[in-house]
Amino acid sequence: MSWLHRVRKGIASITKRETPDNLWHKCPKCAQMIFTREFEDNAHVCPKCEHHGRIGPKARFHALFDEGSWTVLAQPAVREDPLKFRDQKRYTDRIKAARTATGETDALINAKGKIEGQKAVIGVQDFAFMGGSMGLGVGAAFVVGARQAIADKCPYIIFTAAGGARMQEGILSLMQMPKTTVAIAELRDAGLPYIVVLTDPTTGGVTASYAMLGDVQISEPGALIGFAGQRVIENTIREKLPEGFQRAEYLLDHGMLDMVVHRHELRATLAQLIGYLAPGKKAA
Amino acid sequence: MISYLDFEKPLAELHARIEELRETGESGSINIDAEIKKLQAKADKLQSDLYAKLSPWQKALVARHPDRPHFRDYVAGMVDDFMPLAGDRAFGDDQAILGGLGRINGQRVMVIGHEKGDDTASRLRHNFGMAKPEGYRKAIRLMELADRFGIPVVTLVDTAGAFPGIQAEERGQAEAIARSTEACIKLGVPMVAAIVGEGGSGGAVALAAANRVLMFEHAVYAVISPEGCASILWRTADKAADAAEAMRITASQLKTLGVIDRIVAEPVGGAHRDRELAIDNLKNAIADELKSLGNVSPAKLRQQRRDKFLTMGS
Repeated sequence: MSWLHRVRKGIASITKRETPDNLWHKCPKCAQMIFTREFEDNAHVCPKCEHHGRIGPKARFHALFDEGSWTVLAQPAVREDPLKFRDQKRYTDRIKAARTATGETDALINAKGKIEGQKAVIGVQDFAFMGGSMGLGVGAAFVVGARQAIADKCPYIIFTAAGGARMQEGILSLMQMPKTTVAIAELRDAGLPYIVVLTDPTTGGVTASYAMLGDVQISEPGALIGFAGQRVIENTIREKLPEGFQRAEYLLDHGMLDMVVHRHELRATLAQLIGYLAPGKKAA
Repeated sequence: MISYLDFEKPLAELHARIEELRETGESGSINIDAEIKKLQAKADKLQSDLYAKLSPWQKALVARHPDRPHFRDYVAGMVDDFMPLAGDRAFGDDQAILGGLGRINGQRVMVIGHEKGDDTASRLRHNFGMAKPEGYRKAIRLMELADRFGIPVVTLVDTAGAFPGIQAEERGQAEAIARSTEACIKLGVPMVAAIVGEGGSGGAVALAAANRVLMFEHAVYAVISPEGCASILWRTADKAADAAEAMRITASQLKTLGVIDRIVAEPVGGAHRDRELAIDNLKNAIADELKSLGNVSPAKLRQQRRDKFLTMGS
């Protein structure tokens, strides 16, 4: 046996310690690194600068409803891809990808439950699903949410988040503006509150329909809210936009909102509001 | 002199040739007259062939044609004793949306619509038909006024879209559009809307949530301009023709989808080639629809409008 023969195995190369790439969250506003766990425990609000991150329907329902009091409403079935729309990709492929990514069937999910013991239906638009865009699916879900509220004699609270109408459904997406307006008219006929909570971002046809028709208009801090997109405006008027333009605080200053409410205070605010607007409609 | 669109180039050449012959043939030679007649027949055939199979993008160009009749032309041609009303009672009077009282075939109406203007000065005054919040708030005021006095509402839609600007946003462009749509939905009087040129997005639907929606043969109605759609989904505005195709923006496509109720025929070569005939066709169609809605109760009118938009597209 040659003395050159290795008696011992070589030193095992030092294995790289596994660091999950989602351990840290970098705040898009203040650029601070925050433990993801800490960020999530704080309802996706940056503990350093109070920037409100985008959150989906399930997280909202958990945060707002009394524990164990809520159930998600079934998604209405709608015609898929009514125009057989195709740009660089097929619309059906885009929907499939969004469904896989979010686990939801479309961009607006409703749930019914109780907020501090008071009945409410809450609809939440999911920006992660094709930019929250409004098509037949969102319009139909809005009607379902409003009608559930009417059946349960309780408020309908909508959390908006959308780039606007879903272009791949063409004119039919535009027609969701009058459609959702009809659902709001039904709520008004029934004497029930319709409360809007605008979240980041809410623009286009969504803002120009159900997002601006609330009996009370609330927004989360810093949310981008507007009709026209900022680039479109800059290209039209060829001017720089003022500081804070189209942000929640700016809209509050211009009389378009009743209040800007921190995510941590939303549940208490909504509960108080329901108490004022729908008294005697307390859940038995 | 009519201005020709790009795709009308062969037609423009024929017309130029005819004009040339006319000038040289002032003497009245028989031969030249026969030649002109032949060319004229050829041009007419070319024009009717072209217009019989316009692509969606070509229709968008026709709908935007600068010589196409606009709100003031329609009012002058089909509304008697027009009495303009103005102002939103809050901020100002937006000239991009005009309105007032009048009569169509003797029937009292409140007419409201976008005005684009027809020369540089008037285009600036009317902001190219792109309304600001005060325009939609004026429309709301006039609709509510009509409702209180039992006067049917007729709207003429012709806008690239609501104006995207800082002041428009500050004064609540989105809210004004949403309320205007709501005002349409609430009316207890008949409402007939006509898409006469461009029906551009929320700025159009705010005046078009009606019992009956009519549309000119070569008008277009869409959620976003073909250029806008192309620049978002194809990442270049050069694909506007493809976007126009994909979005279904023409009257016949929208009739199939159930978004509009009736197509109003245009003169061969488009409304701008025979404005009187176009205006007359529209007047007859509107009068006809008003008549059919005349005896319907306020509750039924509201319900019909609600049901229509609730079931649209399903």
